[in-house]
Amino acid sequence: MTTTDIPRKADADPGRTVSKKRTRGAVSGGIRQAVSATTLLWILACLYGLPVLWFILSSLKPASDLFSYPLTLVPHHPTLSGYLTAWRSANFSQFFINTTIVCVITTILTVGVSCCTGYALAKYDNRWLKAFFICILATTMLPGEVMLAPEFLVVRNLGLYNSFAGIILPAVLTATGCFMFRQFFLTVPDELVEAARIDGARELSIFLRIMVPLSRPIMLTLAILSFQWRWNDYIWPLLMLNDPNKFTVQIGIQSIVGAQNINWSVLLGASVISMVPLIVIFLVFQRYVMGADINAGLKD
Amino acid sequence: MTKRASAVSASPPRRRSKYTLAPLTLIAANVVLFALFFVWPAVIGLVYSFTNYTGVGAFQFIGLDNYHNLFGDSTFYDALTRTLLYTVLFVPLNFALSLLAANLVVNKHAKGSSVARVIFFIPWLLSPIVVGVLWRWLFGENFGLVNYVIEKLGGSAVPWQSNADLSLLVVVAAASWMWTGFTMLLFIAAIKNVPVSYYEAASLDGAGPWRQFLSITLPSIAPTSFIVVLLNTINAMKEYPVFVSLNNGGPGTSNNLLVQYIYQTGFQRGQIGYASAASFVLMLILMAVAIIQLIVNRRVENR
Repeated sequence: MTTTDIPRKADADPGRTVSKKRTRGAVSGGIRQAVSATTLLWILACLYGLPVLWFILSSLKPASDLFSYPLTLVPHHPTLSGYLTAWRSANFSQFFINTTIVCVITTILTVGVSCCTGYALAKYDNRWLKAFFICILATTMLPGEVMLAPEFLVVRNLGLYNSFAGIILPAVLTATGCFMFRQFFLTVPDELVEAARIDGARELSIFLRIMVPLSRPIMLTLAILSFQWRWNDYIWPLLMLNDPNKFTVQIGIQSIVGAQNINWSVLLGASVISMVPLIVIFLVFQRYVMGADINAGLKD
Repeated sequence: MTKRASAVSASPPRRRSKYTLAPLTLIAANVVLFALFFVWPAVIGLVYSFTNYTGVGAFQFIGLDNYHNLFGDSTFYDALTRTLLYTVLFVPLNFALSLLAANLVVNKHAKGSSVARVIFFIPWLLSPIVVGVLWRWLFGENFGLVNYVIEKLGGSAVPWQSNADLSLLVVVAAASWMWTGFTMLLFIAAIKNVPVSYYEAASLDGAGPWRQFLSITLPSIAPTSFIVVLLNTINAMKEYPVFVSLNNGGPGTSNNLLVQYIYQTGFQRGQIGYASAASFVLMLILMAVAIIQLIVNRRVENR
């Protein structure tokens, strides 16, 4: 690897680049660096983008063209038939609705509960709160997959087997969510709380009236993360749900893959449909994910 | 955001212990959830791992028999070594790719970095199941694009699915591809926090970009690197859905990983006690990994 291949953050500082441009050599060096950095960036971006592009373009091909040689990137006869068959077949639309219900409810609960916990952890300093914070961080180290069997038994004993509640409730507590809200509320000046207390506001109404509205950006970030986790979750819904009418999208797709002869046309259609909601949400709320300072205590 | 956090949290401590009811109300929901879905499963999991429980009916305590059998079970060893191999391959590859992507994206010389950032991030939005399907479609032996291109270039078809090691490599590549966007975000946040003056001083002393990367960027982002390695190790150890949809742990059972092993013994063969014992071995490994990394991290920071 040559030195110019490695882009430097220092070069990103405009002030420094300007001062460097005084000499001719530095100018050509800057251009050379710009060219090599841009080239490398786009080679890598193509590597990451091409699989998705190929997948989506393939899903637009009619079933008969999928395996016809020579393979072409752009479909000759683009059609939506794969999507339509997938949507109509095997309850897929029902799966889609089920997943949406589960995701929306879990996301609302996660955001609410994490906001309360994060605020308590940031603005009160009792010893048992610190202990609970450590407990929450410990859940990051032990993901649900590790305790698959016992967690299943617990949910079954609670009478939640084969119900949406059985997938929703165990997913509500997330270390990431609590951590994000705690970090945010630490940045809110304590004087704000003190002033409200002096004015005679009660503790919980300080939280509800002042703090909750302040934390809207964090709520959105966590909502997107939580929605993504639940939408893409596979193993827990698979264990919890028995009734095919309650299955989620991921189980539906996996059941097409698990078949003896894979129907690729339907599989591609179903997969692309399942990608759409998250990509739309992401593109709309991009800055809340990209600008977020997500740095620790992450789960999933 | 981090800067503000550190600035404000430095304010002097106050007596707050007079408030008990309010914080208790606020954390109540999470305390209940924590007890129900974390403490309770952990306790009964530990108890069941010493029994021959099958999920229904009565059970007997059989002491350490489950653990004893586990260490004599070659299927378990295969799953364990395969999981460790997968982790050892996935973590460095994902680390290197994400760091490269992050460095390229923050580089102001690179044109179109905001579009590229979105491209890098999109794979993270896909579910592990869909990622498996997508890579299966790319790496199909008879129909995949990759083998088609290889044959066009004069090579012969590569057995991506029927060779156990190649098929593991495909999963490693797929998982690294999927996780790059998220890890990249963590690195971008860290790189942006490195003071620019460090680089100015270094370039005055004549340090080139590669040298600056090694001597400034890497040490400055060490805490983030630590978190990335820790999170990715945990993610890799519990990987399951990508394998299921890409090759179903195949060919045969050669790429069955630990979680798949636990799932099969616990839920397909109904040996809950035995599966709980396997879960506890996985848990001990994860805890050991976390503790080792914490110690190493402390030592590096104190140096």
